[in-house]
Amino acid sequence: MIGLQHYLVVSAMLFVLSLAGIILNRRNLILLLMCIELMLLAVNFNFIAFSRYLGDETGQVFVFFILTVAAAEAAIGLAILVVLFRNRRSIAVQELNTLKG
Amino acid sequence: MLFQSILFYVFAAIMFMAALGVVFSRNPVHSVMLLVLTFFNAAILWLMAEAEFLAIVLVLVYVGAVMVLFLFVVMMLDVNVEAAKRGVTRYAPLGIGIALLMVFELIQVIWLRSRINETPAGFVATPEGYSNTKALGAVLYTEHVYAFEIAAVILLLAIVAAITLTMRKRPGLKVQNIAAQVAVRSKDRVRIVKMDAEKKQ
Repeated sequence: MIGLQHYLVVSAMLFVLSLAGIILNRRNLILLLMCIELMLLAVNFNFIAFSRYLGDETGQVFVFFILTVAAAEAAIGLAILVVLFRNRRSIAVQELNTLKG
Repeated sequence: MLFQSILFYVFAAIMFMAALGVVFSRNPVHSVMLLVLTFFNAAILWLMAEAEFLAIVLVLVYVGAVMVLFLFVVMMLDVNVEAAKRGVTRYAPLGIGIALLMVFELIQVIWLRSRINETPAGFVATPEGYSNTKALGAVLYTEHVYAFEIAAVILLLAIVAAITLTMRKRPGLKVQNIAAQVAVRSKDRVRIVKMDAEKKQ
């Protein structure tokens, strides 16, 4: 019987994998954005599993809004990436030290 | 029920392998393609959880629009693939350590807690004639209508931000100044000279 726990485990695996991807990858900003998308997907898995477990549609509405905000974030992130590449000729994460943060 | 379980495990395994490929692939184009596979399998798993509307939205919006945007940018930027992967091993111990710690914590939360309380954690059975899309719309346009409108404004913001960020003016480009053209008066351009008519000698 497939239930809540199976979905939670799949979501946890996806989340941990994408977290490891964000930490391991220091050379490509596009991969970082893709790992963030994967993380959001894992969170959406949790929302849907609990929504179905509790029989309440509000969780699915939240997933809808997360998808909206994630699409906006991807668009703006890629726009910043394009401007960055135009200025620096590189998208390596390690070389982004202009702000000296 | 057994068949459904087998399908779940198969699709979840494909999704996890594709996600592994996204993180560890050497070529960014392969990464995007595997991300498409990941999202597609996630949509299948959502369908199996009877969240049909969101599964279709995931395929249409993510696979159809956002991933194409990613692919576009990946192919537009001329990134040196070999140089882009050199620094991977330096942060490997930290990354794997944090990942293992999170795996341990999540196992603690999910599996051990489910062993303690013996209630079955299955999904709620949907009633006959239940439409996921209809139920979602009924909640979305009544209770969450303000959030819905704010989401629309966020999308507008994303459009404006993306366009203004990527728009640039090239130096030395010849363009018309429409206002200056319209504002021209004939007395600025033409000088009328009064003079007597010439007579034939």
